[in-house]
Amino acid sequence: MSTQTEALSGALEAIEEMAYREAVNAALYDELAADPDVVFFGEDVTNDGGVFKTNYGLVEEFGSARVFNTPICENGFVGVALGMSLMGLRPVVEFMFSDFLPTAGDAIVNQLPKYRFMSGGQCAVPVTLRSISGATGRFGTQHSATGESWFMGHPGLRVAAASSPASAYSLLRAAIRDNTPVIVHEHKGLYGTKGEVRRGEVAEIGKAAVERAGSDLTIVSTLLMQHRARQARELLAEEGIDVELIDLRWIRPLDVDTVYASVKKTGRLVVVEEQVHNGGWGASLISSLAIRGVTWTAAPRAVSLPNDLLIPYSPPLEDEILPSVERIVEVAKASVSDSA
Amino acid sequence: MNEASSERRVGWYRQMVAIRAFEEKVQELFMTSQIEGTTHLCQGQEAVSVGSIAAMEPDDVLTSTYRGHGQALARGMEQGVAFAELMGRSAGGSGGVGGSMHLVDFSMGNIGANAIVGAGLPIAVGAAMAFKIKEEPRVALTFFGDGATNIGTFHEALNMASVWKAPVVFIIENNLYGEYTPLRESTPLDDLARRADPFGMPGLVVDGQDIDVVYATVGEAIDRARGGDGPSLLEMKTYRYKGHSRSDPATYRPEGELEEWMARDPIEILGVRLETEALLSAAERTGIAEAAQVEADAAAEAAAESPYPELKEIVNYVYAD
Ligand SMILES: Cc1ncc(C[n+]2csc(CCOP(=O)(O)OP(=O)(O)O)c2C)c(N)n1
Ligand SMILES: [Mg+2]
Repeated sequence: MSTQTEALSGALEAIEEMAYREAVNAALYDELAADPDVVFFGEDVTNDGGVFKTNYGLVEEFGSARVFNTPICENGFVGVALGMSLMGLRPVVEFMFSDFLPTAGDAIVNQLPKYRFMSGGQCAVPVTLRSISGATGRFGTQHSATGESWFMGHPGLRVAAASSPASAYSLLRAAIRDNTPVIVHEHKGLYGTKGEVRRGEVAEIGKAAVERAGSDLTIVSTLLMQHRARQARELLAEEGIDVELIDLRWIRPLDVDTVYASVKKTGRLVVVEEQVHNGGWGASLISSLAIRGVTWTAAPRAVSLPNDLLIPYSPPLEDEILPSVERIVEVAKASVSDSA
Repeated sequence: MNEASSERRVGWYRQMVAIRAFEEKVQELFMTSQIEGTTHLCQGQEAVSVGSIAAMEPDDVLTSTYRGHGQALARGMEQGVAFAELMGRSAGGSGGVGGSMHLVDFSMGNIGANAIVGAGLPIAVGAAMAFKIKEEPRVALTFFGDGATNIGTFHEALNMASVWKAPVVFIIENNLYGEYTPLRESTPLDDLARRADPFGMPGLVVDGQDIDVVYATVGEAIDRARGGDGPSLLEMKTYRYKGHSRSDPATYRPEGELEEWMARDPIEILGVRLETEALLSAAERTGIAEAAQVEADAAAEAAAESPYPELKEIVNYVYAD
């Protein structure tokens, strides 16, 4: 993309307004430009910018040896990425939908995170999986999962989740530069959203972001839910409730410190997650805080997907089961009145 | 046809005898619980690892499996290092965290011994693709069993390798069994080399007990890969003399089968040939066998002296800087 070439030749760290999808594109572009060992591949990544139009211009700029399409074989091509990384490349692999991650379960669970360990530290595995996540697209039950917590229990892996153009850019750059395998979740409902991106920024690994300071209640969320939580925060402010809003950003490692510091101040926590609560980062976070002996003013609460339901196609029902701004507001108010 | 010098072939003989002695020693150490867990021995299959690896260049790489002691030693791992790894000691090649199923040495291009059936194939394709992308004249070999030709990664890897013309050689060690299951019960083919056909690559049946044939065939496949003509699938017909793993007495084998295969022992085949060619005498062969025994005993004894690793060392193996 010509705008990117211009941006690169100009000052790095320039602040640009861009869409989330452009931020992903810019991060890929900048890493491919910065390091000839970076390669990028996946299913249909070169045709027409890829399925979610994040990849425009990459094959044209960097050539088909470094940016290429794969056959449909996730477990196989993640293994290929691993083999490449052992020989000095830094592969970035696109997963068209996070729902396909389990088909590469062996590569993700048994290979990427264990390979260096089993060798006694003889190698590094700088592999990045970009995984396109989440509901709202009317994609139905097998194409709508965030999958953000599926691999959070695996030492040797890192998992990130981008909620804004800025974090989509900086998290992806951090992932590609990291010598540990990283899964970066992008939310398909956010590709069109706009925001400021600091071109050249590389996120700090494992660091959550306090997006908005507040004193009454802490809300932690990721991906699309971060947007709904932000809207809820505004509505709550009108009612005199001051919310501290945290974008978790990393699901592994989980930044318990940042949340702990916040909850120490507010005494109240609501996690907002586009996943079932059991077995996810929200439950782990509350567990970690409990273990640290947080003194709660009110019991922590979760706004999540129903524990015993799957995501339906039917548009009004898909909307209904996702945590809404209204539900977040309601639960936040309950938390505040609970302890009053 | 690739032919090796007399000295090299005598070297192969020594290597095969050394691997056999190593494996016998491993078995003994298991019986006395100096090695714990499980192990997968390769007696009977030595010509495949030694002959194939002899055809590699120093910069080439390989992946193998849990049955990978032969490959590791053939690629140059010291027996003491291997024994220490099997004993979980810090002097092991992977500091004792890998164990019997994961003998690797990246400095020798032995980049993976996988305990997941079929997982090594895509990794080798990836290594080969890295060579291709970086325009380095290097080749990857990947060793796996007959049983592995039924798992998805086999088909995925062959497909990718073929469509991308990756410089990789796929080597099936067809020892007729996957764990306790005979090939015929799991697979509708006798010649697994035919599994190359749908992927548009050469598939060859190879006498895996004859190291001269193994070396020549693998050498041609490597040349082809290095020359940019893409991958090959080589099916080595071979046999494991022992059970699948330590807990398997291999009672499922038909009577006489083991004896039939032992009559085509890879060490014996090369030994007799070298005698006929006057490159080794019977006395020298006895000497080599005795020396191998002494070497394995000494290496095992030395390995047992190495301390166990400490948790504070192994935490550094999880994340790379
Ligand atoms: C994915 C997977 N499934 C099952 C196993 C258990 N297992 C270990 S070895 C083996 C048999 C493999 O047979 P083959 O590929 O012929 O190799 P061989 O052991 O004969 O060398 C099985 C089923 C495994 N390790 N990985
Ligand atoms: Mg077998």
